[in-house]
Amino acid sequence: MADVVLKGVQKNFGALAVVHAIDLSIVHGEFVVLVGPSGCGKSTTLRMIAGLEDISGGTVQIGDRVVNDLPPRDRNISMVFQNYALYPHMTVRENLGFSLHIAKRPKDEIDKAVAAAAEILSLTPLLDRRPGQLSGGQRQRVAMGRAIVRHPDVFLFDEPLSNLDAKLRTQMRVEIKRLHQKVGTTIIYVTHDQVEAMTLADRIVIMRDGHIVQIGTPLDVFERPMNAFVATFIGSPPMNLLPATVHDGQLRLADETTMPVPPGISVRNGRHVQFGVRADNIMPDGHAMPPTAHMAHVDMPVTLTEPLGTETLLFGTLAGTEVQAKMLNPRPVKPGEVLRFGIALDKCHLFDAETGASLRA
Amino acid sequence: MDSALFHRIRRRVLKAAHFFGLFVAMSLICLPGLWVVLNSFRPTVEIMAKPPVWIPNELNLDHYRAMFGGIGEGGVPVLTYFVNSLVISLTSTIIALLVGMAGGYAFARYRIPGKGAIFVSLMVTRAVPGVALSLPLFILYGRLGIIDTHFGMILVYVALNVPFTIWLIDGFFRQVPKELAEAAEIDGCTRWQAFWKVEFPVARAGIASAGIFAFLTSWNEYALASQLTRSLNSKTMPVGLMDFTSQFTLNWGGMCALAVLMIIPALLLTFLVQKHLIAGLTFGGVKG
Repeated sequence: MADVVLKGVQKNFGALAVVHAIDLSIVHGEFVVLVGPSGCGKSTTLRMIAGLEDISGGTVQIGDRVVNDLPPRDRNISMVFQNYALYPHMTVRENLGFSLHIAKRPKDEIDKAVAAAAEILSLTPLLDRRPGQLSGGQRQRVAMGRAIVRHPDVFLFDEPLSNLDAKLRTQMRVEIKRLHQKVGTTIIYVTHDQVEAMTLADRIVIMRDGHIVQIGTPLDVFERPMNAFVATFIGSPPMNLLPATVHDGQLRLADETTMPVPPGISVRNGRHVQFGVRADNIMPDGHAMPPTAHMAHVDMPVTLTEPLGTETLLFGTLAGTEVQAKMLNPRPVKPGEVLRFGIALDKCHLFDAETGASLRA
Repeated sequence: MDSALFHRIRRRVLKAAHFFGLFVAMSLICLPGLWVVLNSFRPTVEIMAKPPVWIPNELNLDHYRAMFGGIGEGGVPVLTYFVNSLVISLTSTIIALLVGMAGGYAFARYRIPGKGAIFVSLMVTRAVPGVALSLPLFILYGRLGIIDTHFGMILVYVALNVPFTIWLIDGFFRQVPKELAEAAEIDGCTRWQAFWKVEFPVARAGIASAGIFAFLTSWNEYALASQLTRSLNSKTMPVGLMDFTSQFTLNWGGMCALAVLMIIPALLLTFLVQKHLIAGLTFGGVKG
C-alpha cells in the first residue's frame, strides 16, 4: 500500500495540452474517483499513473518513489480496463496467475494466490473456462481478480463498469466497494458516471478540460459545489440554474418573479447571478419535505411528469427556463396544471453569471 | 393453407436451386483438379481420346513409375525438385512472415509519419506483374552471380510476399486491442514479452493464414522461376513440369503425375495449419 502524489502533472499531445499541471495527493487505502465529462483528461491522468502514457511535466510519486520514468511493470500497480483486456487464449486460471507466472513465482504459490483471488470473487467454478465462455459480469470479475492476485500498491480502474448493463453495473459497484473494504488497497477509479463516483468514493476529484475543478467527499461536492459546472454535473437530476439579478436583497428572475437571496450569501446589488436549486429543494405544497425557516413560493405550470414510484419528477417552466422538481407521495398531475411550489432557500446556491463560481462563502 | 403450402414449395425449390448452383460452381472449380488426378493414373491413349473418356477403363501407376525411373525412360529428378521447392518455399515463407510480423505490427501500433503513403507504395509493388520484372531480374542476378541458386529464389519470393504479409498481418494486429498488451505490461511483462506472450498468440490465426498464402505463392510460382533457375541446383517443381515437354511431344500423363505430387504437400500443409485458423479465437478477451 502506498500514497500516490501528483505534483504539477501535465500531458501534451503535440501542441495540445490535455492535462494542465494538476496536483493531487491520495493517502494510502483511500478510494478516489476521478470523474468528469468525456475528454476532461481523467483517463489520461490514470494512464500516466499506470505508466502507459508518458508524462509531459511534473512528477508522479507512488509510495516514496518518483515513478515518472519507470515502466508499468516496475510500478507495482494493477489496472482494470474498460474492455476488461482479458487474455483470450488463456483460461481464467492462467489469466489470474499470469502476473505471478511472469514474475517466476513458484507454482504452488501461484496456485494458492489464484485460488484465494477466485474465492474472493466467486470465480472458483469458472477457473478452467476461457474468457469467451464467460458473461460480461464474470469477465469483469476475472479482470478484477487479475488485479488483486499480485497485491499491488495501487489499483487503477478505468471505467470498469461502462460496458455492463444497468442492473449488473449496480451489482458490480457493490462488489467493488466490498472488495475495497476487504483488501484495503488504494484505489484510483475513473468514471464519467457521477452516480458511481458518489456511491464509491471516499473522495471525488471532478475534472474538466484538463483541470481539477473540485476535490471533496461525495457529500461535500454535492452540498457545496464550488461552481455551476460541479453543481450541474453532480447529482441526479442536475441542479436547476436560473438566471437572476440581485436587487435590494431580492433575487429577480427573468420574468420579474422575486424571492429573497438565500440565507448566508452576501451579494452586492445589481449583480448578475445564476440561482441554483436542486429538484429535492423545490417541491409542490402538500407533497414536500417539512418546510424550513426560509421558504419562497412560486406558481409553475407542469409540462411533463416522470413517475418513479415513491416520488415523481415534475418538469415545469419557471421564468422561461425548464426546471425539474420533485413530488413526494405523488398524485397524478395533468400536463398544463399549475401547482404552487415551495423552494427551500437555505439549500439553494448562487453562482456568478460569468465565471460560474459559487458565491457561498 | 394454400399460401402456406405455396411458401413451403417455394422455399424447397429455392433450396434445390441453391444447391444446384453451388454444385455447378464447385464442379467448375474442382473439375480441372480432378482431371489432373485422373490423368495421372491412366494410359496416354485414354488421356488423348476424343471424345473424352470420363469413366476410366484402366487405372495404373505407369506414369509415376516412369517419372521415378531412369533418365532415358521418361524419368525426372523429382526428389531434387521437391527438395528445392521445399527449401525455397519454406525459407522464403519464414522470412516473409518475420518481416511481415514486424512490419504489420509497426503499422498497426505505431504512429509513423507518412504511414499511409508507405503502405500504399508497398501495395503498388504488387500491381507490377512478376513477369515484367523477369528480364531486369535476370540481368541483375546474372551480374551478381546468383542465378540458379536457392538464395536468389528465396530473395525473389520474399520480395514478392512481404507486401502482402505485412498487409494481412497489419489487419490482424489491428483487431487485437492494444489494451491486451498494456494489461500484460502492467502484469509485469516487458514490451517484448507482451508481444510474444499475448499479442502473438492472439493474432496467431491471422499469421498462420498469411503463412499459408506466402507458402502457396512460392510453391506454385512458375514465371520467375522458369527464368532464374537453370539446373538441378535450384529448379523447382513447377519448372520441373516442363521436363515433360519435348520438341514434338507432350507427356501429359507424366506432367499430371508430377502435378499431383506438387498438390499433396500444399494440401497437407494447409490442412495442418488450418487448425490454427479457428475462427473466434480472439472472441471474449474484450467486450465485443
